[in-house]
Amino acid sequence: RLKNPLLFEQEQLFLPVWQICRFWLHGRYHEMAPNVVPMDYTKDPDVKLPMQLIINMPELKENPFKERIVESFSEDGEGSLSFNDFVDMFSVLSEMAPRELKAIYAFKIYDFNTDNFICKADLEKTLNKLTREELTAEEITLVCEKVIEEADMDGDGKLGFADFENMISKAPDFLRI
Amino acid sequence: KNRDGKKAREEGGQKKDRGKTVPNKDQKESENKEKKTTKRGKEGENKQKKGRKNSTSSASSNSSDEESLSEEELAMLKEQVEQKKKLISTMRNKPWRMVKKLSVLREAQDFVEKFEGALGKGKGKKLYAYKMMMAKKWVKFKRDFENFKTQCIPWEMKIKEVESHFGSSVASYFIFLRWMYGVNLVLFGLIFGLVIIPEVLMGMPYGSLPRKTVPRAEQETAMDFSVLWDFEGYIKYSALFYGYYNNQRTIGWLKYRLPMAYFMVGISVFGYSLMVVIRSMARNANESTADGDDDNFIFSWKMFTSWDYLIGNPETADNKFASITTSFKESIVDEQESNKDENIHLRRFLRVLANVLIICCLCGSGYLIYFVVKRSQTFSKMQNVGWYERNEVEIVMSLLGMFCPPLFETIAALENYHPRIGLKWQLGRIFALFLGNLYTFLLALMDDVNEKLAEEDVVKNITHWTLLGHHNSSAGNDSTVTPPPLDPADVPRGPCWETTVGIEFVRLTVSDILVTYITILVGDFIRACFVRFVNYCWCWDLEAGFPSYAEFDISGNVLGLVFNQGMIWMGSFYAPGLVGINVLRLLTSMYFQCWAVMSSNVPHARVFKASKSNNFYMGLLLLILFLSLLPVAYTIMSLPPSFDCGPFSGKKRMYDVIQETIELDFPLFVAKIFSYVANPGLIIPAILLMVLTIYYLNAVSKAYQRANAELKKKMQMQREEEKNKRNNKASTNPMLQDLEDLLTPNMKTESPPKHAEDKKIESPNGSSPARKPGRGEALAGSPMAGRRGAALTPPSQVFVAQPRTLGVWAPYPGQPRPWGHPLGPVPGRGRGQPCFPRAAR
Repeated sequence: RLKNPLLFEQEQLFLPVWQICRFWLHGRYHEMAPNVVPMDYTKDPDVKLPMQLIINMPELKENPFKERIVESFSEDGEGSLSFNDFVDMFSVLSEMAPRELKAIYAFKIYDFNTDNFICKADLEKTLNKLTREELTAEEITLVCEKVIEEADMDGDGKLGFADFENMISKAPDFLRI
Repeated sequence: KNRDGKKAREEGGQKKDRGKTVPNKDQKESENKEKKTTKRGKEGENKQKKGRKNSTSSASSNSSDEESLSEEELAMLKEQVEQKKKLISTMRNKPWRMVKKLSVLREAQDFVEKFEGALGKGKGKKLYAYKMMMAKKWVKFKRDFENFKTQCIPWEMKIKEVESHFGSSVASYFIFLRWMYGVNLVLFGLIFGLVIIPEVLMGMPYGSLPRKTVPRAEQETAMDFSVLWDFEGYIKYSALFYGYYNNQRTIGWLKYRLPMAYFMVGISVFGYSLMVVIRSMARNANESTADGDDDNFIFSWKMFTSWDYLIGNPETADNKFASITTSFKESIVDEQESNKDENIHLRRFLRVLANVLIICCLCGSGYLIYFVVKRSQTFSKMQNVGWYERNEVEIVMSLLGMFCPPLFETIAALENYHPRIGLKWQLGRIFALFLGNLYTFLLALMDDVNEKLAEEDVVKNITHWTLLGHHNSSAGNDSTVTPPPLDPADVPRGPCWETTVGIEFVRLTVSDILVTYITILVGDFIRACFVRFVNYCWCWDLEAGFPSYAEFDISGNVLGLVFNQGMIWMGSFYAPGLVGINVLRLLTSMYFQCWAVMSSNVPHARVFKASKSNNFYMGLLLLILFLSLLPVAYTIMSLPPSFDCGPFSGKKRMYDVIQETIELDFPLFVAKIFSYVANPGLIIPAILLMVLTIYYLNAVSKAYQRANAELKKKMQMQREEEKNKRNNKASTNPMLQDLEDLLTPNMKTESPPKHAEDKKIESPNGSSPARKPGRGEALAGSPMAGRRGAALTPPSQVFVAQPRTLGVWAPYPGQPRPWGHPLGPVPGRGRGQPCFPRAAR
């Protein structure tokens, strides 16, 4: 179905070939908005799908961080993904991407106000999304303070990338992201 | 020349430069210039990257102008090409936008292609270009092969589906099952291809030898289903069991040495399994780097890693949210209660009581099995045994395996452990239960074997006299006629203990399979149907209340799998067909259990991290492998093989076949070499050497662990110090507190805390000791130098232990440097050297 098969370098992605079989991913991308996404990518069309369509994908629908995920991979930061960004997202989220790369993107995802630090407000938002706001305010404050106390190495009261990476690299479960 | 460092740097937050090189993955090879893309370039997010891009493009344009390449230019060009290649290979790991990656990639590929050819000179150029082309083709081939291999992984979609519904811990069971299937398939291939097939193709057919024929007495019932189900009758006298094989040294026109092959395959089954298990353990150990740091980041990990990104099902998601909330609440409660005094004595008493109860249970079950096996031996001598009496042993063992684990769990409620620790205890206890059962069974079997060995002598005599008698009677009058051979079905048979052992293991395995499947069917499926359909007309809510839907019991299933494999390993030497049965079993298990899980189980209400359990299960597997090797090795080494059945019949010991092969089939000097190698004078020193090597490696690893722990402590102290500085608090280190109390009060400037505990106080004679930079100096400086007189006698230690590498403590910008000491690493201060007082500044 795809006219120009040489759309991207296979080696730049971590997905095994049968998944990135251009037909499959492009098919997924196409079926979200059949009227907008062309079949023919030879002319290098500039097509972007808005966030609302993408976060309804079954893989992302149940994820509490779906908006942040899509925003992190979009070029304009608003959440609209071109096909390249789309493929990029699947590549990083696949199981073969290395830990360091996942750490970088995880940091971006949890950084809600995109100031390159995970500050207390970011932590509170994360916690609320994780527990669907079932915790009381004191509990939330307690947890956020504990997190900063545990992970903040340089003592500036918020988590920089180095703190985050140091903490996440020791986590046994991290590759489940 | 710092381009390499820049290239290797990751784009992360702008805070710190990690300076770590991204590991080169195998999946991406260094050069592939085939696919070029047509993407437009894009703005990079990092100015450094832009700068680098500019510099590289300028470099490329510079290089393109040069026609004549001198030596240095050649070398520089080569280096640039290498850098580009490295960039291409590591680009996958960089977090750039896709379009940017594509444009940089294309540029790098252009550059490499343009100048690679130019690097070879003259004739060498052609060879160089050829080598490059072959390298490219090889890379492409490897990549395609990798892709193909990934495509071939079976059941991938099925497991992913289970994973999205139930989370990763349940899926890990199925991944383990698939791995076991792979191992068993290889073992099956070995045994089938090297033992069974040659025997079937080239060996003597059924009915030609006494050992290959059903005895006359049993022939009427040999085809009955009940007899076949017990693995007697025609199945017993087939290539599936040890007794069928002939002891002919070579068979067929290929001169295939069957007894030797049988022996070697038996050994290599264990060897291969050992290798595969250890390799898997090593790989797991590599990936899990966190050791013992479990408590440092509880809340952080809960916040950032508890969500399972593979969940795609709303019901599972709901469960996950609930479990995360519960887990947070529990941790909060733990945190708040951590100062509360607990009643240690009561807890200890309860734990001891629980352990005593469980040991009683284990002993009881061991005794029960022993009793039952002894009873079955008396049964076998009786006639007219019912079905129950015949299968009593297997039934009892299966029942024990089904009911004891929940019993252990209820008793363990007394102990009140953290769930993860509780799980480990539970697994350990179930393991002990199964092990005890298996070994009791084995002991009873050994009794049986010894009895049969005693019986063999009697039968040998009988056989001998019968044959003699037959000869005499048939050649009675006419001595010139060769006597017709006795029909194989009529020859009296020895008891053939090896086949009996093989049959026992096969029956145990089959009954284990049946019990497992029936348990799943009844315990999960029927229960789910009951809860679903009867719920409409029942008093209480079945789904929320008592039976409800079953959860998938990961640990029970994994242990079952591990023990099943142990039985296969034990039995495969005596019943080569056992591995085939196991392969079938694993195959059907995969489909059956996937179906059962999806249709009748619900996700766990409480999700815990079974994160490091992978190596735990592998460790169990290794232990079982070793334990199942022992009985087989014992029987091979010390029991004489039966005289009339099996490939080793007629030999004194089974391993004599090796001796025989070396003497007869190999040239003379090989026999000499083996005899030298088998000399105790050589073996004992070799063993000693290995023991010493183990000791040495152990010592080295302990030293590394200690160094690791020290570094961690350092980091911890540093963190605390930073925080203290920020909060302007006094130091929290108790030793430093003492020190401060010791000093006169007017010395109390802001004294930064000391490092680790092996730092001792300096000689105070107004000296600032030559130290490592940063903290050490400030420490030495503030309480001691200059300002004080010699009022205080210095503590006698001047020990300067500096176990860590210098330069680790890059000076922090905010740190006080009262005397402007030089901050470079201090040379020449090794461990344990006394610190020489420097002249006061």
